Amino acid sequence: MSTESAPGPQSGVAQDLQQTPRVAVSALVTNLREYGLILALIAIMVFFQFTTSGTLFKPVNLSNLVQQNSFIIVMALGMLLVIVSGHIDLSVGSVAGFIGALAAMMMVIWPLGPLSNPLVVSVICLIVGGAIGAAQGYWIAYHRIPSFIVTLAGMLIFRGICQALLGGGSSVGPLPPGFKALSSGFIPDVIGSLTLIPPVVNAAGKTIVGSGLTLHMTTIVIGLAAVLAYAYFGLRARRSRERHGYEAEPFTLFVVKTLVTSALALFLVYQFATYRGLPIVLMVMGVLIALFVFVTKRMTIGRRIYAMGGNAKAAQLSGIKTERLTLMVFINMGVLSALGGLIIAARLGQAVPAAGLGSELDVIAAVFIGGASAMGGVGQVIGAVVGGFIMGVMNNGMSIMGVNVDWQQVVKGLVLLGAVVFDVYNKNKG
Amino acid sequence: MTSTILEMRDITKTFPGVKALSNVNLSVEEGEIHAVVGENGAGKSTLMKVLSGVYASGTYDGAIVYRGEECHFKGIHDSEHKGIVIIHQELALVPMLSITENIFLGNEHARYGVIDWDANETRTSALLKKVGLKEDPKTLITNIGVGKQQLVEIAKALSKEVKLLILDEPTASLSEKDSQALLDLLLEFKRQGITSILISHKLNEVNRVADKVTIIRDGRTIETLAKKDISEDRIITSMVGRSLDDRYPPREPDIGEIVLQVKNWSVYHPIHADRQVIKGIDINVRKGEVVGIAGLMGAGRTEFAMSLFGRSYGRRISGEVLLKGKPIDVSSVSKAVAHGIAYVTEDRKTYGLNLIDHIKHNITLANLGGVSRHSVIDDLRELAVANEYKAKTNIRSSSVYQMTGNLSGGNQQKVVLSKWLFANPEVLILDEPTRGIDVGAKYEIYTIIARLASEGRAIIVISSEMPELLGITDRIYVMNEGRIVGEMAASDASQEKIMRAIVRGEGKAS
Repeated sequence: MSTESAPGPQSGVAQDLQQTPRVAVSALVTNLREYGLILALIAIMVFFQFTTSGTLFKPVNLSNLVQQNSFIIVMALGMLLVIVSGHIDLSVGSVAGFIGALAAMMMVIWPLGPLSNPLVVSVICLIVGGAIGAAQGYWIAYHRIPSFIVTLAGMLIFRGICQALLGGGSSVGPLPPGFKALSSGFIPDVIGSLTLIPPVVNAAGKTIVGSGLTLHMTTIVIGLAAVLAYAYFGLRARRSRERHGYEAEPFTLFVVKTLVTSALALFLVYQFATYRGLPIVLMVMGVLIALFVFVTKRMTIGRRIYAMGGNAKAAQLSGIKTERLTLMVFINMGVLSALGGLIIAARLGQAVPAAGLGSELDVIAAVFIGGASAMGGVGQVIGAVVGGFIMGVMNNGMSIMGVNVDWQQVVKGLVLLGAVVFDVYNKNKG
Repeated sequence: MTSTILEMRDITKTFPGVKALSNVNLSVEEGEIHAVVGENGAGKSTLMKVLSGVYASGTYDGAIVYRGEECHFKGIHDSEHKGIVIIHQELALVPMLSITENIFLGNEHARYGVIDWDANETRTSALLKKVGLKEDPKTLITNIGVGKQQLVEIAKALSKEVKLLILDEPTASLSEKDSQALLDLLLEFKRQGITSILISHKLNEVNRVADKVTIIRDGRTIETLAKKDISEDRIITSMVGRSLDDRYPPREPDIGEIVLQVKNWSVYHPIHADRQVIKGIDINVRKGEVVGIAGLMGAGRTEFAMSLFGRSYGRRISGEVLLKGKPIDVSSVSKAVAHGIAYVTEDRKTYGLNLIDHIKHNITLANLGGVSRHSVIDDLRELAVANEYKAKTNIRSSSVYQMTGNLSGGNQQKVVLSKWLFANPEVLILDEPTRGIDVGAKYEIYTIIARLASEGRAIIVISSEMPELLGITDRIYVMNEGRIVGEMAASDASQEKIMRAIVRGEGKAS
């Protein structure tokens, strides 16, 4: 992602009317660079589709991929704001582990009565996460202790509490099915399924698994609605710009972009529909991504975070309460770390002492692959999400290929370095 | 008997889409002080970067002939090797290292990688003596003032056996006294046979020391003037391409009732808690009035303004602020802004702008409420606002999506001004509003100030340039050592009167 597109949906694309027609060409170049990351993700997916002989895009595997990586992406949303505001949070993996342990203790061990209901426990855990974020953010915002140090301390502290809570090396479980649905559940098919090809029934009267083709219609409807809404709002924004006399990006570019994105989305939706529908965790993630895109691009608080990261002193002298804003960024990070912890615990079906161990590095890597600047002030939500998926697809693809875990780390490290070097090179050239 | 030490012939340098220099010629005689003047963005710095090898030979057209031979510098190292040393506007010293360590950084007297500190310090002492700096060579850079740091830079240049010294805006951040000392030093060097190229905005300095002046405009050489032809008017005419009969726009003040009144304002130093920086200041400013605050560097003017603006400086702040007769609370920036007070900083890069964001986002930052509803920003309204202020303050850029970090000083200043104009303040405090910007842009800033006053806003201008204060204000306060030591109507003020007030005040303080 290029720097010139901090918040602002049309940034880098829009030009004043008085510009020359050459703008169309330069807009294309700018956009190619901006979408370079998404193209990279597609290229990586195609690569693994071939090397895993088609396993990657199998509906079962897509569901796995989402369930295995959603917690990284959820936490990357918070980490993006932390990094844009010029800080870092090393504690997220430990906080996630601690919250998972806390949730398990509340649901399984402690006699809490009605309070051990998964929903109540989840809400309490999110609040605890926010409190942890506030406790760390307080030192960073109001006492100007470097975030690296505060959260390094947090990383040690919460991993320790997590292990102590679980009584040393043991794990706590099994967690109730209602809780596990957060990670392993699928949305219910309220419309009913559509059978395109009836499954083959064998001589013993049993259906052969994998035969036939049944579509999860609720999934299809949600997918279509999302794609139509995407196209509609894109078109409406364009119209509005033109009505007010501003040039939007070239129409062909807009059409190509919308069509490619929609086609990709519909393909994935179709794959999910042929299996068991959309995973619940994917829905949670989708809503959060949309929310954070909106907050960073359209809301004043988002703008203020970018301004603070770009030049904290100037932001302060423009009337922005930078201390309070920093505190809020860390509270947000705490809540999302807690959600990440719940997702991990729900996927494993139990709380283990090593849950989330080292995941802070994956989260931070996702944000930097997504084009955020370590100096603060630059970075995009979509970039961080795509960065997270790049990491996830590589994890998944290499596992299927049977690449050793040790070498997977080497490859991920090289990709992180390569992505950032490419980004810096591009910026210097442009 | 003089000979040409440097000749730059038909230098043309293009960046993608922009021709920064086209056929520039510069000829410098041995032993002279040659001034290069021009508006910001005229190409002075680019020319010096070509000369010093920052832009390697081959990336530009034209020839550099130095001491009779054509040179192809591949980097700064090549040009320094030949005795050409450039001192940049932003000093390149390491704050936490000593004077000695800085002077010999990368060039230490060493044997097999082991540094001989005694030899280095002896040489440093000799160099410091040459530039007239009385400091222990072991002193850390961070502990000496900007003026002295500048001298350390020059001593560093001398250590490289400089033949041709290039100074880029050397006095931009120096006080009057330090500037004078620096210019005297240049004259001393001239006597010793060192040739200097001086890039400056300050025409009185050029007038004082330069033997020749070359004027550059829009990437072209306009003319080179010999000593006898140098006059400020002539230079200004060549620089802006039109004659500026009047350097200050005319205005007819329409002054109303008192808008802002500050009573008995006192501030202590943020670190040295017992040092009182501002000592009981009383000032007022009226509707439609432009009030100046004059004083030397370190008089406490910026500290006063920043402490007033949401306690952004100092502690143990006491005193009263009245807006139209009613006491107001200005204890935070947002409260001050809400009461209609705006402060335009003297240091726009550090305190004024988000340099990695574009013009549009910078302009609306202090008043996001003005372009949003329920905290959701209306993008089109924001764009309209940005374009409106871009036109109003005449910001020169391809669009409002240009990064502020890529703008020239004058245009950056207009962005900061736009930001505060959009916040619609009643009282506007401008701290050194024309520092480091060229003559043409200065005039534009003065015009904006005059227009704001005629709209009925109260304006306070802090400036170290006395002619500027005399030219644009209605009333002048003189400040020295944290006190107001004089107040006069601009119509009967003069540079002498202001200086006398400062000197008298100093006598009183001691």
